[in-house]
Amino acid sequence: MAEHLTASTLADLNRPAGPALGTSDLRRSPAAHLAPLFAAAEVTGPNSVALREVPFLTMVGLRVAPDSDSADRVEARLGTQLPARCGDVGIGTGCSVLWLGPDEFLVVTTASSAEFTARLVQAIGTEPGSAVDLSANRTTFELTGRAARDVLEKGCPLDLHPRAFAVGSAYVTQLGPVPIILWKTGPETYEIYPRASFADYLGRWLLDAMAEFRALELL
Amino acid sequence: MILISCPNCGPRDETEFHYGGQAHVAYPDDPSALTDEEWGRYLFYRENPKGLFAERWVHSGGCRKWFNAVRDTATYRIAAVYRIGETRSVPSLASGETRPTRPAASDQSLPGGAK
Ligand SMILES: [Zn+2]
Repeated sequence: MAEHLTASTLADLNRPAGPALGTSDLRRSPAAHLAPLFAAAEVTGPNSVALREVPFLTMVGLRVAPDSDSADRVEARLGTQLPARCGDVGIGTGCSVLWLGPDEFLVVTTASSAEFTARLVQAIGTEPGSAVDLSANRTTFELTGRAARDVLEKGCPLDLHPRAFAVGSAYVTQLGPVPIILWKTGPETYEIYPRASFADYLGRWLLDAMAEFRALELL
Repeated sequence: MILISCPNCGPRDETEFHYGGQAHVAYPDDPSALTDEEWGRYLFYRENPKGLFAERWVHSGGCRKWFNAVRDTATYRIAAVYRIGETRSVPSLASGETRPTRPAASDQSLPGGAK
């Protein structure tokens, strides 16, 4: 299956770069070619579930030791404390900070990546630590609906029951064989961050996992 | 499948982890002073006990941090986990010691052994 390698796409790639064609015209999200399939797979009713890609979120990988001076400055810039425990997410000023490890965090925002990263680099200064723009590393899938948890439970080893997986928490885990970050942003809303190179596979994996609820809808 | 309790993340499936061999193998103070045999022993010779064994694991599918675990090589029960740099929480255990030792009743580092 290679919908993304259509004749028109190849023609686009072969088009000589003129002044009218900027990088924003060339930028294509890792699962853009699956958008029609995602839209067609939406299930309504008691087993509702829907999938979409949220393209081009800014993600900054942050390495800094908590309780250091640089962490204090980074926290001032972010507008939140760095999350201290596995699963915690800090909600800052226009950004969210996900716990990936004791000294590793992922900052997610819709702000301009270059500017946002530069401010964090400046906050760390010359002390140990790093802030790196990782926006192109991952894409975002948003899975919503009453059956969203059932879909995820087909391939996620975490306990996704609400008593163990609270709204607002995020974990590094797997979906099928794909390493992901899973962030529960609402009672029936999950953000899934796979690496870009896994986006096509994971998108199709999710479509397959959603299919049974489509069948129930037709009964 | 066993559950391994990461000191940072709590109990997770074994498939999220990778094994790093015997723990507490000290790097030689002056490697260049070692004979070939001593260097070979440092590089390649490890304990292989039946019973409790202190070993390194990395939570590659989670927080990506290394830690130590005391595992019974016969039953796969993990008696204790502790961070790199922390003193081991089974005090009497020497690495490779084979004397059977039951984990303390208060040790809740692992909810289950082999499933
Ligand atoms: Zn961990």
